[in-house]
Amino acid sequence: MSAALNRIWGLMYRHLALYRGSWPRLLELAYWPILQMCIWGFTASFLASRMSAGAAELAGAALLGGVLLWEVTLRSQMGLSISFLEEMWSRNLGHIFVSPLRPYEMIAALIGMSVIRMLIGVIPAILLAWAFYAFNLFAVGPVLVLFFANLMIFGWAIALSVVSLVLRHGAGAEPLAWGVLFGLAPFSAVFYPVSVLPMAVRWIAWILPTSHVFEGMRGMLLDQTLLWGQLAAAFGLNLVWLFGAVLLFNWQFRQARLSGALVSMGE
Amino acid sequence: MTAIQVEQLTKRYGDVLAVDGIDFSAPAGATVGLLGGNGAGKTTTIAMLLGLLIPTSGRIRVLGHDMATDRFAALARMNFSSPYVSLPFRLTVRQNLRVYGHLYNVRDLEQRIAELSDELDLGAVLDRPAGQLSAGQKTRVALAKALINRPDVLLLDEPTASLDPDTGDLVRSWLERYRGETGCTILLASHNMAEVERLCSHVLMLKKGRVVDRGSPDELLARYGRADLEDVFLDIARGRRQAVDA
Repeated sequence: MSAALNRIWGLMYRHLALYRGSWPRLLELAYWPILQMCIWGFTASFLASRMSAGAAELAGAALLGGVLLWEVTLRSQMGLSISFLEEMWSRNLGHIFVSPLRPYEMIAALIGMSVIRMLIGVIPAILLAWAFYAFNLFAVGPVLVLFFANLMIFGWAIALSVVSLVLRHGAGAEPLAWGVLFGLAPFSAVFYPVSVLPMAVRWIAWILPTSHVFEGMRGMLLDQTLLWGQLAAAFGLNLVWLFGAVLLFNWQFRQARLSGALVSMGE
Repeated sequence: MTAIQVEQLTKRYGDVLAVDGIDFSAPAGATVGLLGGNGAGKTTTIAMLLGLLIPTSGRIRVLGHDMATDRFAALARMNFSSPYVSLPFRLTVRQNLRVYGHLYNVRDLEQRIAELSDELDLGAVLDRPAGQLSAGQKTRVALAKALINRPDVLLLDEPTASLDPDTGDLVRSWLERYRGETGCTILLASHNMAEVERLCSHVLMLKKGRVVDRGSPDELLARYGRADLEDVFLDIARGRRQAVDA
């Protein structure tokens, strides 16, 4: 194993060891996605009882597809942010930052943990949606991988921005790890098309990669049409968001090294 | 060969001058003590040596590497221990040592962990969570982490703080042995003057971010006409007596 991969694995091992020894942590990963899926599944069932069979099926698919894919973004963002916060809570960052682990290797390890946490959280919810509501997200086809990739990348970009603020401002910025993505949910067109939004705020939706993914998802689920333009827009926007997040991280990391914030991190 | 070279090192936080143009060097194999009261600039200096803090001005070279431009090459051959920086407390000692073994790219990691376990008497606690250990056990584990990569430069911030005399002596003996066997350079910040007298070949006395005196423990004792370093420390900290030859 190369030295860089060894260091990345070292940080991932630290988190995997933590999860191996703590079943409540593992349970928590799957708890929220399953809970969300159940709430929206029951909502879809209720709507189905009041609608024609075809319309109900489409509404159910749009709601359950939306909630499951939104969880991909949310869990990816929280997976990266919380893995970083775990280091802060255990007051271990002082050791991490004086080791030969490069900042980009730390980000790679946190992304690795984000993927693992997301899969542990979302896969059970997807399987239960299939079992309880006969909703098969995999019926979308191989393009689902591209949807997942876009939603994960956006989650990482937001998480990196949160980590950047925590690096600079310490525990005061910690609540952002839980709340920031919920603020973007109304503009991400998770359960409704962008055209429903007031004209004045639609531009916000169009600069979010997530809104393009959810428009694409509805195209696949409702019309069996793959909207390549939406996917391309999502990938392009993600590049911009991720690039911006990496710049912000580098800038805030340097500011933290200048201001001494890393020395007192955790307070 | 010089292991640590510090030139005109300065750190300013707004109006506060935490470290004010200090110069010093540590030859390979030496143990240099960094002494001073609270707020004298010891921790700030160590943080800059570790690359955790960017100096306002000045230059640091460790093992020939400029810490401003090439710090990761130096960090791979350094390590650090402080009772004020924790290891993940839910992980076992063995898991913690594995984590740092990977971060420092240690070869034959399990063998290295077994060696450290023998040398620092960690066998009984190796599979216990780090958070459940006594202060003495935690110190030995922190030392094992600091030695996992067989460092050429070791930075220790109060390594025996809050330890009983027996454990403190054990740690000091172990550090002496490690230095003797490997030629490691140690920079030691401590408030324990007996420890400094025992371990250090050279001492820097810091006050308000400046080096106000330096020399071997014997030289300082002679210069201030004192019998132990604690009195020298108090003379300097309280400004109650100048060096005899000053």
